[in-house]
Amino acid sequence: MDRNAVYEKIVKILTPHVKETGALAALRPDTHILDELGVNSARLVDIVLELEDAFDVSIGDDEVDAVETVGQAVDLVLAKLRA
Amino acid sequence: MAARARPAAERVVVTGLGVVAPNALGAPAFAQALRAARSGLRAQKQLAELGFVCQVAGVPEGVDERAAALLPPDVLLASNGNHRYAALAALEAWADAGLPGPEASDPAHVDWESGCVLGTGIGGMDTIAERVVPLVDAGRARRLGSTAVEQAMASGVSARVGGLLGLGNQVTTNSSACATGCEAILMGALRIRAGLAARMLCGGSEGASPHAWAGFDAMRVLARGWNAEPERASRPCSASASGFVPAAGAGVLLLESLASAQARGARIRAELLGGAVNAGGQRGGGSMTAPNPAGVVRCIQAALADAGVAPGEVDAISGHLTATAADPREVRAWACALGCAPAALPPVVATKALIGHALGAAGALECAAGVLMLEGGFLHAARNCEDLHPELAPFAAALARPEAQAHPIRLLAKAGFGFGDVNACLVFRRWDGA
Repeated sequence: MDRNAVYEKIVKILTPHVKETGALAALRPDTHILDELGVNSARLVDIVLELEDAFDVSIGDDEVDAVETVGQAVDLVLAKLRA
Repeated sequence: MAARARPAAERVVVTGLGVVAPNALGAPAFAQALRAARSGLRAQKQLAELGFVCQVAGVPEGVDERAAALLPPDVLLASNGNHRYAALAALEAWADAGLPGPEASDPAHVDWESGCVLGTGIGGMDTIAERVVPLVDAGRARRLGSTAVEQAMASGVSARVGGLLGLGNQVTTNSSACATGCEAILMGALRIRAGLAARMLCGGSEGASPHAWAGFDAMRVLARGWNAEPERASRPCSASASGFVPAAGAGVLLLESLASAQARGARIRAELLGGAVNAGGQRGGGSMTAPNPAGVVRCIQAALADAGVAPGEVDAISGHLTATAADPREVRAWACALGCAPAALPPVVATKALIGHALGAAGALECAAGVLMLEGGFLHAARNCEDLHPELAPFAAALARPEAQAHPIRLLAKAGFGFGDVNACLVFRRWDGA
């Protein structure tokens, strides 16, 4: 799967959880998931489960902690897919 | 004190209705369904596959589509069926009362004067049975994600509504089995009367789940022998009643102080004059599952006294009447409480004949039906009791009603009697302008 396809899928998974629709419309690779998109941090575990199911990968808690931006989420998934 | 002698700030009126019923979505459709005596009870394939004795239930239809259209996407992801029922009914009641919806108000605004008491009987049983238990037992609890707690917890339905509407007053879930809905309404009313809130969304909600209904089936209190004729299965007061038909849904009344309603020019649908809750102590003939008749009579009489209403003023009764062996005892208790001869008992409606027994939502759905009948000047038909129970023959005038009757009613008494020998009774008055 190429970077763009991964990106689209991740945006689709994030969308229902985004409070700041303006920031979603102007999405950048370094857009901050919690601070700019206004995703409720309590729901991150659900987003991780959805990512795992969508890409058939396993993501550890420590790896989640290291992801803050949309671009970093894409990087993490790509690394897993290529592993 | 007679209700009408109370100052406006302490009088409680109904300014909004929200209904998610097995036979209708929304209060206007519910009113039509009541007039047509439309049953919401259907054959349930899943119950047959699971080997239940009762394979009929009342489950609201069209809910997922309506929820997808009205609820924010993140709320949809975090909600189970019970939450969807509660949310739709609460949003409807709020909008019906002419209050601005969450999308219209400042996202930072909290309504400190409005709260909710939204009860449930069993709660998030579907979440517990279908997600929590299997995943935990398989050592995969992590897969529960963040939403299992708010779905399983009993207060989930009120928390869901509180968050949707930015409610800042009391937000709580009561639970008193089949008395839950009526009790919730009284709790909200008393809070308004005490000057602690201006508006309270009150009612109850119950999810649809074979796991929630299984215990009743095992107790042999669910309707038996009517699986081939679902619409005839719920038979309050009938000689061939064999138990209740389980149901799901939500009923919500927006209660408001008369002063608040008048100040904002709200349309008033009815007045809640008063009510009472008590228990029978599971003594004197009462048990976990059967009411102490003395407790029932006391509750009804206390409700009338709180409402400032003389027994002879009651125009109609909405009974608990579930289609169990307790029905004749209940009708006799009403006559005793009102001090009237059987032939003089006011007309009685048994709404469960149409919608089944929605447990924690029952009392609230049936109160919503009561308000619609007060407004519309009608009593819905008495369905499924063409063969009246022989013990109820003396009360035939009050009970037999093959079709809806145009019947202007001013005062309606409504009660719910729940497992635990707990009782709740409310008195509603038609709103005629003052």
